[in-house]
Amino acid sequence: MRIPCPHCGPRDEAEFAYRGDATKQRPAPDAGIEAFHDYVYLRANPRGWHEEWWQHAAGCRAWLRVRRHTVTHEIAAVTPA
Amino acid sequence: MLRYSAFRIAAEGLRGNRGWTPTWRKAKPKPRYDVIVIGGGGHGLATAFYLAEVHGIRNVAVLERGLIGQGNTGRNTTIVRSNYLLPENNRFYEHSLKLWEGLEQSLGYNVMMSQRGVVNLFHNDAQRNAAIRRGNSMRLSGIDAELVDREGVRALCPLVDLDNSRYPVMGGLLQRRGGTARHDAVAWGFAHAADARGVDIIEHCEVTGLLIEGGAIGGVQTTRGEIRAPKVGLAVAGHTTTLTDMAGFPLPIETHLLQAFVSEGLKPLIDCVVTFGAGHFYISQSDKGGLVFGGGLDGYNSYGQRGTLREAEHVFAAGLSMIPALGRLRALRSWAGVMDMTPDGSPFICKTPVHGLYMTAGWCYGGFKATPGSGWCHAWTIAKDEPHPLNAAFTLERFREGRALDERGNGPYPWAQ
Repeated sequence: MRIPCPHCGPRDEAEFAYRGDATKQRPAPDAGIEAFHDYVYLRANPRGWHEEWWQHAAGCRAWLRVRRHTVTHEIAAVTPA
Repeated sequence: MLRYSAFRIAAEGLRGNRGWTPTWRKAKPKPRYDVIVIGGGGHGLATAFYLAEVHGIRNVAVLERGLIGQGNTGRNTTIVRSNYLLPENNRFYEHSLKLWEGLEQSLGYNVMMSQRGVVNLFHNDAQRNAAIRRGNSMRLSGIDAELVDREGVRALCPLVDLDNSRYPVMGGLLQRRGGTARHDAVAWGFAHAADARGVDIIEHCEVTGLLIEGGAIGGVQTTRGEIRAPKVGLAVAGHTTTLTDMAGFPLPIETHLLQAFVSEGLKPLIDCVVTFGAGHFYISQSDKGGLVFGGGLDGYNSYGQRGTLREAEHVFAAGLSMIPALGRLRALRSWAGVMDMTPDGSPFICKTPVHGLYMTAGWCYGGFKATPGSGWCHAWTIAKDEPHPLNAAFTLERFREGRALDERGNGPYPWAQ
């Protein structure tokens, strides 16, 4: 799999570190235990298009938001975080 | 019921093996059952078997979208062990291992259980201390554990490079009762025994919807019509969330790939299971002669059932570090299983927010060894509508309650377990 980094161009996946589900937003500090439980533990886990964070750890070190298909591994969009 | 015996094999051999019949019926779905189990892998078939055998619930259907045993049951490295650290995991996996030890007698089917020993190598003082701690935890739970030194490792597996310049081997933690079993035969054996007790095993029957009325399960919609039952158990690890999405509750599960490989067939070379403490690598030899080995997760969410080259290279590199002689071999096949990964690396065998809907899920990459224990506990939970003490800790609520079973202490990252 190659990820098209907006700063460096298409690069091998080995240069990137996976950082998980990008749809989760950290709740406000006083949002309560249910909101934090959802934020830390619950995941949509789609069989299909998935929004996720990747860091170009062995490249420009930028964090990227990637829209990737979890069956075909096709990448539809990459934007800077 | 078809019974297997040495006499029968000899007699059939003389008659040209024309007397064998299929070991389970090709059942057609009835409109109504007492329990429906979704998933015809090892865990689902084991659930049905123990429902019939232990709890006397025989009006049971196992629904499988393809053929039984063709998912993760046929996509693992067949290792059986109970060498865990946390007491909740130890007790459960030891119960499972004890079921394995009597499984062939219970099922009347040869699953080729081979207690050849599992040794985890360590390479430095910290790893040695961790191994001693884990071994002591196992022994406190009544499980066999031995610490072996370098000479012990040499005796178990002479091919291991003890003097690897980067990762010299100090010793290993050995569980002699661990070993391997034939994965396909486990599915066939449970199918054979469940069918003989009246369970309908329905293949090519994909569940397309769950019938939920007033917060309770009423049955399932399938590609072969509606089937009703007051209790439904999910045993579809790898795809659990695709079914719970139909029920409308989220799970702390991500789906990830785990690869495994098999080499060309060889004469006996490695007669136990060896894991490399310095990298992600473990290896054993199948009874057919191929070396079976694998490593860690591919590292990002996927349902692809095919591995990535990056992880394959990592596994081969780790394998060569541990056993340089592997460099002369060719890999014959590789495959990937899809894993339900949980945020703490431990499973779920529990009730769900929907009344009458139960699940055994979140098996991470430890599902094969758990097969009989998972089925046994899942069947208990379905039959009694409450968990057995052995699976009481494997709930969905444990994260909210601060009772995560974080065996490796990695934090809540499913891909890091």
